Amino acid sequence: MSDLLRIEDLSVTYATQEGPVPAVRGVTLGVDRGEVLGIAGESGCGKSTLASTILRLQPASATVDGRVLMDGEDVVTMRWGDLRTLRWAGASIVFQGALHSLNAVRRVGQQIAEPIRLHEPGVGDAEVDRRVGELLEQVGLPAARAKAYPHQLSGGQRQRVMIAMALACRPDLVIADEPTTALDVMVQAQVLDVLTTLVREAGLGMIFISHDLAVLAEVSDRIAVMYAGRVVEQGPANLVFTDPLHPYAAALGASFPRVGDPAARYAPAGLAGDPPDLRSLPAGCSFAPRCPRAVDACTAAEPVLELKRPTRAAACIRVGES
Amino acid sequence: MAEAPTLTSRQLVRRRRRAAWSRGWAEFRGNRGGLVGLVVLALFVLIAVGAPLLADRSGLEVTQATGGVLEPPSGEFWLGTDDNGRSVLTLLIWGARISLFVGLMATLISMLIGTVVGLTSGYFGGFVGAALFRVTEWFLAIPFLPLAIVLATVLGRSLLNIVIVIGVTSWAGTALLIRSQVLSIKERAYLERSRALGAGHGHLLRRHVLPNVVPLVFANTTLCVAVAILSETTLSFLGLGDPTRVSWGSMLDDAYSVGAITTGSWWFFVPPGVCVVLVVLSFTLVGQALEAVLNPKLRKR
Amino acid sequence: MSTVAADPAAVSAEAGSGRRRRGGGYGRYAGAKVLGSLGSLAFMLVVNFFLFRVLPGDPARTLGRGRLSTPEQVAEFNATYGLDQPMLQQFWTFLKNLVHGDLGYSILYHRDVSEILLDRLWPTLLLVGSATVLAATLGVWLGIRAGWARGSTFDRFSTSTSLTLYSMPEWWLGLLLIAALSVGVGPLPGLFPTGGLHSVDADPGTLSGVLDTIWHLTLPVLTLTLAYLADYALIMRGSLVDEVGSDYLTTARAKGLRDVQVRGRHAVPNALLPTTTVVALNFGFVVAGAITVETIFSIPGLGLLTTDALAVPDYWLLQGVFLLASAGVILANLGANLIYGWLDPRVRT
Repeated sequence: MSDLLRIEDLSVTYATQEGPVPAVRGVTLGVDRGEVLGIAGESGCGKSTLASTILRLQPASATVDGRVLMDGEDVVTMRWGDLRTLRWAGASIVFQGALHSLNAVRRVGQQIAEPIRLHEPGVGDAEVDRRVGELLEQVGLPAARAKAYPHQLSGGQRQRVMIAMALACRPDLVIADEPTTALDVMVQAQVLDVLTTLVREAGLGMIFISHDLAVLAEVSDRIAVMYAGRVVEQGPANLVFTDPLHPYAAALGASFPRVGDPAARYAPAGLAGDPPDLRSLPAGCSFAPRCPRAVDACTAAEPVLELKRPTRAAACIRVGES
Repeated sequence: MAEAPTLTSRQLVRRRRRAAWSRGWAEFRGNRGGLVGLVVLALFVLIAVGAPLLADRSGLEVTQATGGVLEPPSGEFWLGTDDNGRSVLTLLIWGARISLFVGLMATLISMLIGTVVGLTSGYFGGFVGAALFRVTEWFLAIPFLPLAIVLATVLGRSLLNIVIVIGVTSWAGTALLIRSQVLSIKERAYLERSRALGAGHGHLLRRHVLPNVVPLVFANTTLCVAVAILSETTLSFLGLGDPTRVSWGSMLDDAYSVGAITTGSWWFFVPPGVCVVLVVLSFTLVGQALEAVLNPKLRKR
Repeated sequence: MSTVAADPAAVSAEAGSGRRRRGGGYGRYAGAKVLGSLGSLAFMLVVNFFLFRVLPGDPARTLGRGRLSTPEQVAEFNATYGLDQPMLQQFWTFLKNLVHGDLGYSILYHRDVSEILLDRLWPTLLLVGSATVLAATLGVWLGIRAGWARGSTFDRFSTSTSLTLYSMPEWWLGLLLIAALSVGVGPLPGLFPTGGLHSVDADPGTLSGVLDTIWHLTLPVLTLTLAYLADYALIMRGSLVDEVGSDYLTTARAKGLRDVQVRGRHAVPNALLPTTTVVALNFGFVVAGAITVETIFSIPGLGLLTTDALAVPDYWLLQGVFLLASAGVILANLGANLIYGWLDPRVRT
């Protein structure tokens, strides 16, 4: 039961000079407490827009339809004051690219302390400092690093500061938007470890966004695959990864070579073509132009995301056949 | 099925360049300020060039003045007369020539010096580069007006000298800008690759550095003209301009000396200033529009 | 792909490398800037001295009109003022005297240059100082409001006004103000004096004298404030507009900060950095403004002094003024650099 976050038929359309761009088109998702939902997809599929819309951080010119229910309350229509209370204390975000997501001229300790001071004004300075130190140690950094400026830290350290910052107000939900993409592999592993351990220990809900399906498979309980603004497959993480239903999910998983698999070495499986231009989407299934399993019927109407197996849904008319 | 004729690389480059130009122009047109500025500038250039047609040159001669002293605007003299009885409108039209001429010529000089110094200092580095950089920095620290006053006094009062004075005192800003741009270009890998392929300095400068520097220079030039015109006006006002020529600055100097302010002869001291503001503002707007078009970083939509 | 457990050794190694880079950053940065300024000052001294020797005109002839007619008298004049010595010798003397605070003797006023400069310094400082403070405060505030609400009515009005003021010769603005507020327009009487620093009968030491001074300084300060303000407003607006799309502002908003807090705590401190740099580059404009505005308002400061000294030419006086102005600009630049180093921790490492 999705008692923490429930996104219902969410659509976000940007207003640009070249016309409206539907970045998110009718997405329905849910996250429970203690559950990790992975969202996979290429750049431009709408996953980052989705993430920012959860806290109503989308640009002012964008129109939002649908509902985003946090503990039953709709974020989209929430009053401004309630929204500001929800931000960070109810749900927080770990952004990608910490160098630009952190304020370059403030010490990281101050930046971690900021939401604490904002949401819990009664807490004294000494207590705030203590909590900041505690948070830093939780992510594997010495408490003294609070005095550092962002540019004095390495990429991995900065990302861990972002994680510490996200946990500062003990939120119920953490949204991690590509938190390890800019890091090299070893550091990536460490950061992932920290993140997942802390989330599980605190019993938080987490949305983990990445284009790397393999990472998601390790980290998530369930995975939702997005393409051109819609969810095209949803289900338990390991199943989506090892036995994808939707052709796109299959292509996404196959494009990462399996180490030690000789077949993968000699036949790299990429996907031809590019994601569609959201301003002029093709009729019917938006994946059809690139799909190896497309038939004429695919261009007739956009497939609906429906249950194909007991716990798995896919938006493809070719699924369900063998 | 006949094959489309393949284009030579030169044709491709030309085609791409033309496309870039039309895109740039389209974007410039979208900038309202820049467009207004361009129109106003064109107007003033026309006035300056067409001065002989608009107002008889004899109107500048003090000995041939027909009006009374500091007469307010009338049917005969649309902007009244100056302290010598000359038509203020005539002075204004002919003054446009000097102000624009000095502004453009002085900018040419300062651009030349600034570009050469900036390019050399940025591209060649080492002792020469560092030395030139220090000189540029020190030059920037010298306050412009005292230096200009001194130089103008040294060289004497003539049109050419004013151009030289402004040109020689204003190059440092451009040099600094170009130097930093060249340095950032040097950072990019393709210079190194070119050199690995055996390219000499000349080739590198012509093909790689210059094309990336020119757009910046272009935008900067326009803004420099604005400042040069302001400088000319100020220097003329202080009595350092060419005594034989009328410029907007010299008109204001005359107005101040004969007490046009206290007698309320607004037609003498307001129009020249308004013209200066219009021209400088137009150059500034065009320069800002050019910067917005040529510098992708500034394009925030 | 399996996740590797966090390696404590690696973590502390990572943490340790950063530690070495901290500490003493600002001290070294400030020291470097001060040294640079001293170098500029040295260059200034050289330029200063030799520049004025190139001026045409012969002080003996100009000042001794009618009195110094015979060559012997001219020679005596030159000897008294050390003008007959070789150039390098004069330069060396100049340097030696400078160290003792002796800037030479003014031929025009028959006093020590340093005395004259001190006398004339404070009106200029008063004028330029108050104008700069007012303009900086107002200009930065205007720039912030306009830049944050880009495209709004306030922004468009503020920016077009700033651009127009910026395109105006500051002394012409002064003339307009004199015409409007001193002389009076039509039936409206003039409210302010047309020039000077004090009324003839006012004693500057008393309260009424001080008020009289303020009354005299109102229009000049207003002129310079408006002129400088446009510069600050435009630059600040530009800097803030550049910051507006940044990621760290999204982070700030995500934390639940109100818009004003995001602007004040995060955007503005970052936007002040380029503002400081550009403002420092424009200090020459401040000096130019002082000269022209003092001239039209007849304020007995350094600006008016320059114009008077040029006619002779009074070498030592001119040198002194130029040196002071250059030193002022260098000092102001140093100040701006130090402020920048304090604001931006990234340049200190």
